[in-house]
Amino acid sequence: MLKAFYHLLARDLRLAFRLRHELANPLIFFVLVVSLFPLAVTPNAELLQEMAPGVIWVSALLSVLLSLDRLFKQDYEDGSLDQLMLSPNPLVILVLAKVAAHWLLTGLPLVLIAPLLGLFMYVPAEANGVLMLSLLLGTPVLSLVGAIGVSLTVAVNRGGVLLSLIILPLYIPILIFGANAVDVASDGLSVRGQILFLGAVLAMSISLAPLATAVALRITASR
Amino acid sequence: MFKRIWGWIQRFSSPKHFYDISGKMIPWFAVSALLLGVYGLYMGLFVAPTDYQQGESYRIIFIHVPAAWMSLFIYMVMAIASAIGLIWQIKLADMVAAASAPIGAWFTFLALVTGSLWGKPMWGAYWVWDARLTSELILLFLYFGYMALQSSIEDQRTADKASGLLAIVGVVNIPIIHYSVEWWNTLHQGATVAKFDKPSMHIDMLIPLLVMAFAAKLFYAAVVLVRARNEVLMRERNRQWVRELVEKI
Amino acid sequence: MSNTNTSPSILETRQLECVRDDRLLFSGLSITLAAGEVLQIEGANGSGKTSLLRILCGLRRADAGEVLWQGEEVSGVREDYYANMIYIGHLPCIKGDLTTLENIRSLLDTRSQSVPLDEIDQALAKVGLAGFDDVPAKALSSGQRRRILLAFILLAKARLWIMDEPLTALDVQGVALVESMLLEHREAGGSAIFTTHHGMQLPCEMRSVTLGIQQAGKC
Repeated sequence: MLKAFYHLLARDLRLAFRLRHELANPLIFFVLVVSLFPLAVTPNAELLQEMAPGVIWVSALLSVLLSLDRLFKQDYEDGSLDQLMLSPNPLVILVLAKVAAHWLLTGLPLVLIAPLLGLFMYVPAEANGVLMLSLLLGTPVLSLVGAIGVSLTVAVNRGGVLLSLIILPLYIPILIFGANAVDVASDGLSVRGQILFLGAVLAMSISLAPLATAVALRITASR
Repeated sequence: MFKRIWGWIQRFSSPKHFYDISGKMIPWFAVSALLLGVYGLYMGLFVAPTDYQQGESYRIIFIHVPAAWMSLFIYMVMAIASAIGLIWQIKLADMVAAASAPIGAWFTFLALVTGSLWGKPMWGAYWVWDARLTSELILLFLYFGYMALQSSIEDQRTADKASGLLAIVGVVNIPIIHYSVEWWNTLHQGATVAKFDKPSMHIDMLIPLLVMAFAAKLFYAAVVLVRARNEVLMRERNRQWVRELVEKI
Repeated sequence: MSNTNTSPSILETRQLECVRDDRLLFSGLSITLAAGEVLQIEGANGSGKTSLLRILCGLRRADAGEVLWQGEEVSGVREDYYANMIYIGHLPCIKGDLTTLENIRSLLDTRSQSVPLDEIDQALAKVGLAGFDDVPAKALSSGQRRRILLAFILLAKARLWIMDEPLTALDVQGVALVESMLLEHREAGGSAIFTTHHGMQLPCEMRSVTLGIQQAGKC
């Protein structure tokens, strides 16, 4: 079972590295969207600092959302998804492997580049750690919950907007607590509560979302 | 024993049987919803005492609060019906869930509109990011997502199951969303203005409110049955009994 | 009814019914497949061949009826069933950015099968892909990609093959290859169910079921 997890993870990572040019896209998108705000609003340091947590978090959310497509789309279109569902291994494990690959390829890079954007947006240096930590706990949830949405919409033509419509409302708690953690940390206060909340939601998503995704994939396959 | 109950459930949930029974139930629900609604509105708008803080404008709660309750209640019904449909493959449950969504969305919309109408004199603005209104807005998005998914999948059975699963995921998330919005709100609202809090409510206000809530439930029951009946006819249009029915008319 | 292991059939359907987009494709479909039997599903376009195969392998749920693997409801013995059954749909299941070898490996991995390299090479030679191990699949023709799947079938060593249009994109030699594979499989006691538009000539006894007739007049 662990082997099946590992093999699928390795396959997805290898496939992604064969398409290196696509690998960076969500990351570039993230940086691009964040840098639009100083241009659209003001380069004023105080205002930007005020907005920074929200702007960075919303951009991260959109970046993950746009990259969700590659979670199952290709597998669905070439028939590999059927083979995964006919595997003697539990589908939940395979789903976890796919989501883990997705997070390593999109979520983790966002976490790593976040300090740079913190710099862009005048986030105080001492809050950068919290920014990274909140993204580290939050982005896996985005991938996990997003997986449910993609597996429901992967068979729908032009399902992109539909996917945002059904997934974004579910992202709201993560957005609220993630952005707030950074905000509070910028004021030099304790963020224990926010981080614990994000951790709790992550634990819950890891245990429930793959189940829902597996059910959703079976529904999609029964078309 | 269990078998008998199961058999009974299956018999009742057969589309044809449902169609016959619900046809008899709808007038009762509709008439009692109308009577209670008129009585509740009269009591609420004319008999209940004026609020010493908010004056007459508080009276909108006799619409707003029942609508807000219904918006959440209907989502629960949808999720439970979807779970029944998913687990026990009872088509009728899926139809009830699908028929409920637009009604729930309308109640949510009504709660939002009445909430902002109430907000104008209270807050001086039609929209304030009040915790409850924000939660309602997110709930409206959840309804939209459900309906969009339902209508974009062509195969009816797949559409039912997919949107049903979404409703269940949504119901698991609603408490989390609600909690985070509440928390977010207390955090950002420094000086709290008047809120929709229910302080010890006067009994003459409480009774019309409960009557209105009950009327709303009956109204929902009547409308959902009408819609589910239409749904039954649509989906069973190739069956013998529907054809016979159509020929009779 | 006969119980579990006394039944000689490996796959059996009882009173299957399939409705699609409001149309009854088939109903009351009962098939029994014994070990060493090859069954062809025939029928016009849209008669439900693919739906039937997807129901057989549990990807789709039947609107009524049941599918039994060695006498037991498939949903209860999923793991055992999937370890012994292989399904090839009309989609290629091939990743263009992986090489032939990597494609086969990853397909076998999802079945939790690890196969030594020389065995894979033998299978590749048999399907006419010797020397293509390290070629990215996107550089192959669609017929060659189908041949990767044929090698996968050989290596999976499943007792039951369920194949949807296995001859798609294959040339004359490819068709002959599939036929000989089926024969060998049958000789070894394996079973197969397949659909095809092309004529398939097997010099052995082969049953066929035709969809789209039994429900004429019904509905």
